[in-house]
Amino acid sequence: MLQNRNARIGLGLLGPMIAIVIVAPVLPLPDPTATDAANAFASPSAEHWFGTDHHGRDLFARTLLGGRVSLLFGLGSTAIGLLLGVPIGLASGYFGGNVDEGLMRFMDLFLAFPSLLLALLILAVFGGSMQYAILAVGLVFTPRIARIVRGSTLSERNETYIEAAKARGESHTHILVHELLPNVKSPIIVEASIRIGFGILIGTSLSFLGLGAQPPNPDWGYMIAESRDYLYNSPWFMLWPGLFLSITVLGFNMLGDGLRDILNVEIEEQ
Amino acid sequence: MSKNKRSPSNQTMTRARTAQSTSDRLLEIDGLSVEYQLPDRTIKALRDVSMSLEEGETLGIAGESGSGKSTLALAILQYLGDNGNVSGGSISFKDTSLLDASDEDLRSIRGNEIAHVPQNPQTSLNPSITVGEQIAEVIRLHQGKSSTEAKEDAIGILRQVNISDPEENYERYPHELSGGMQQRVLIAMALSCNPELLILDEPTTGLDVTTQSKILSLINELKDEFNTSIVLITHDLGVLAETSDRVAILYAGELVEKGTTSDIFSNSANPYTRGLLAATPDIETERELKPIPGNIPNLDRVPDGCIFADRCEFVEDECRTGQIDLEAVDDGSGHVTRCRRWEHVVDEPLKTSESEGTTSGPVDEAYDSDRKLLEAKNLTKTFGETGLLDQVFGGEQPVQAVNGVDIDVCESETVGIVGESGCGKSTLGRLMVQLLDQDEGTIEFRGEDISSTSDAFDEFRKDTSIVFQNPDSSLNPQKRVYTILERPLDLLADGAEQDKDERIAKLLMQVGLGPEYATKYPGELSGGEKQRVGIARAFASNPKFVVLDEPVASLDASVQANILDLLQELKAEYNTSYLLISHDLSVVNHICDRVAVMYLGEIVETGPKSDVFNPPYHPYTQALLSSIPSMDPEDDRERIHLEGDVPSARNPPSGCSFHSRCPKKIGEQCEQSKPELEGTNAGGQDNRHRVSCHLDEEQMNEPVRET
Repeated sequence: MLQNRNARIGLGLLGPMIAIVIVAPVLPLPDPTATDAANAFASPSAEHWFGTDHHGRDLFARTLLGGRVSLLFGLGSTAIGLLLGVPIGLASGYFGGNVDEGLMRFMDLFLAFPSLLLALLILAVFGGSMQYAILAVGLVFTPRIARIVRGSTLSERNETYIEAAKARGESHTHILVHELLPNVKSPIIVEASIRIGFGILIGTSLSFLGLGAQPPNPDWGYMIAESRDYLYNSPWFMLWPGLFLSITVLGFNMLGDGLRDILNVEIEEQ
Repeated sequence: MSKNKRSPSNQTMTRARTAQSTSDRLLEIDGLSVEYQLPDRTIKALRDVSMSLEEGETLGIAGESGSGKSTLALAILQYLGDNGNVSGGSISFKDTSLLDASDEDLRSIRGNEIAHVPQNPQTSLNPSITVGEQIAEVIRLHQGKSSTEAKEDAIGILRQVNISDPEENYERYPHELSGGMQQRVLIAMALSCNPELLILDEPTTGLDVTTQSKILSLINELKDEFNTSIVLITHDLGVLAETSDRVAILYAGELVEKGTTSDIFSNSANPYTRGLLAATPDIETERELKPIPGNIPNLDRVPDGCIFADRCEFVEDECRTGQIDLEAVDDGSGHVTRCRRWEHVVDEPLKTSESEGTTSGPVDEAYDSDRKLLEAKNLTKTFGETGLLDQVFGGEQPVQAVNGVDIDVCESETVGIVGESGCGKSTLGRLMVQLLDQDEGTIEFRGEDISSTSDAFDEFRKDTSIVFQNPDSSLNPQKRVYTILERPLDLLADGAEQDKDERIAKLLMQVGLGPEYATKYPGELSGGEKQRVGIARAFASNPKFVVLDEPVASLDASVQANILDLLQELKAEYNTSYLLISHDLSVVNHICDRVAVMYLGEIVETGPKSDVFNPPYHPYTQALLSSIPSMDPEDDRERIHLEGDVPSARNPPSGCSFHSRCPKKIGEQCEQSKPELEGTNAGGQDNRHRVSCHLDEEQMNEPVRET
């Protein structure tokens, strides 16, 4: 895996990011919500490594802690998308015919909504709760994942090992789970890693709009929103959350590209 | 379309000329070695290969897959690709060294003087340009002719390769032509610039015997009429016997034997060539097939001594050391062999010329109407039934793949189904194991209709199984061999409590693989090994009836013989009945007791193998049999060439479905009324030999008259 340049860079970027997000709560960081009006907009120093924001809160602590919601958002929405999309795509590709038609037209319904808009809509209806927003984005991801799984399933289902399974009287469930799924896993893995990046961006956008993480808890999206008014006075304020966000999303995308190359090669070798 | 050979003196190109030019030697390959550079190793694909081709001669090159025969073709064309390079030797065409020629010279030689017909016609033609335009383009490019002239020439060449209605077919796209027509178009394209040398890479692989026989006679015509020199590469020795003047046999990148066609086929002095000959089934001599044990070695490490030593039955200690040189068997004909012990080899009688008297399969005894295992009546299957929408919008006609077929299989009997591609034989096989549901008809298993009760169906499922054609796709690539064999045991085998590990190990032993194969993935196995695993899977549940769908079609001759032997052994051990589906009549003839010949979804002739094949009655059976390339180069029996291609099953001909191609058609009767499958007088008791044809028996037995 490390022989692939993209995968190597992706992992190199993601590794520290994920480590930070996991370890940050137990690190001896300054209180991220403690305000110090006299010390607002401070530049990086020994005391405040990343400087401070407009309330004098420590940016180092806020940036390190601010990734948790975004990352959770990316992983959660992708997990929901996979949970729904993979079975739908498998069934659609395997059974074909009316099952395929029905499932795919239903999926097109979700595909018609821009993901951010649907998330906003659901948050507006059910209130500003993060769970609902994750669910909403997960639903928006479902048809995209289902289509990819369906496509791979269509090309696999005509392989004779599927016929061999039918000839010995295997159930449809067994064929779907044990024969087909292992053979369509590569595109699923690749798509998932790219979806996580998207999910993080959407989660951050919601916080940016004030609908995700609620103040005063630190979050990259919310921090970027707050920093907008002070861009000229204090560039640090926007730089840190923006940089961390970019690195994380870039990491997932490069990992996805790398995985695609690696898995394709594996398939060809088989 | 005239075919003017350009003499070397007319060539305007500048070329490096060797000092003395050999007059009629067109191609001279001397000590050629080719290597492929892979990231982790170097494959020595060809080592010290020398051969030559005279003008107007056909040189056949044969060998198993991995023997380097395609590499040789690519090396002649200097098309080896980025990771392949010539590491030694020389190739000269006329007096030009192809290895030293500039790119510009090469471009002009390729197409103009050396033309190549690649292996796969489907992928070698551009699907979005009409075939005629593709030929005309070559003519414009290489000969600088105007568009109208090029079109005229292209139509002329299409006619020359026996394409009917060349004007009309000029406008067709590749997908509108059958495989045989596509192959003709490719040959036409190669001929379009009057090349002096034509390289044909597996020109008939994947084609039906009837089409193959037409392509082969086209190749022979080209040689006779236009004096074209041909290099023909194939794994099929019968094809070489039909076409070649001289033959070179390659094994694992080395030239092992070279000589005239009769040297090779009747007086071979090389154990490998003899092995290939003995492993190829031949419909004329009912001899035992003798497989070559083992596999072709990896070419990244070439062992000391003879590379064939590990698989050779003549091997002695002296074979394992030093370099083995080509030795002359007969100076006069240029027959050489790479074998130190060839003098011992030639003393052994050659398997092809010897009739051992023992036929491989039991001939007639297996049939016993009291021991019917499986009986299908009036099986019918139609694909693409038109729905309401199709009727409104004029959708495509449904395809009647199987049309009212009656077939029965007795205990321990092997029934063969033969026919061209598209005749519905695979569909019939799938119906017989209920992978597809029939539209009409019934299947009785041990006298009970399997659709009557679910118990009857379960019993049927447990006692039936299928082996597929393509071992690459019939094994799940993500599963280990153990898991692949475990499922049918879990699902179907009696006494599931017995030790599974033991049973799987035994199965693997029975199909000639060691227990260590249980932990391997299909990707780590060779084609023959995969097919063995596929067979082990089919036998895991102790089936009483197994459908074999082209079980050896995608395997090399030496492996093919191994698998056929294995199937015979397993049949004896498990007391199984087979339904063997094959386009290869030699294979069917080799292991079947009874045969059914299918044409467009119907059985046109059926009966014990000896009645059907010797002599054949139905004109279609006659045509199929006469199309098989003979392993005897001296054999010049008349071939029956069927007109055109198999008609579309969407719109089958009226009356007798074979009337549109039948060489013995008697008239309106054939077009209007459908003949019944009726017993022949010669067939004797209980109407076992049945033919559907309006001709009477004497007429059927007459040879086809020349038209």
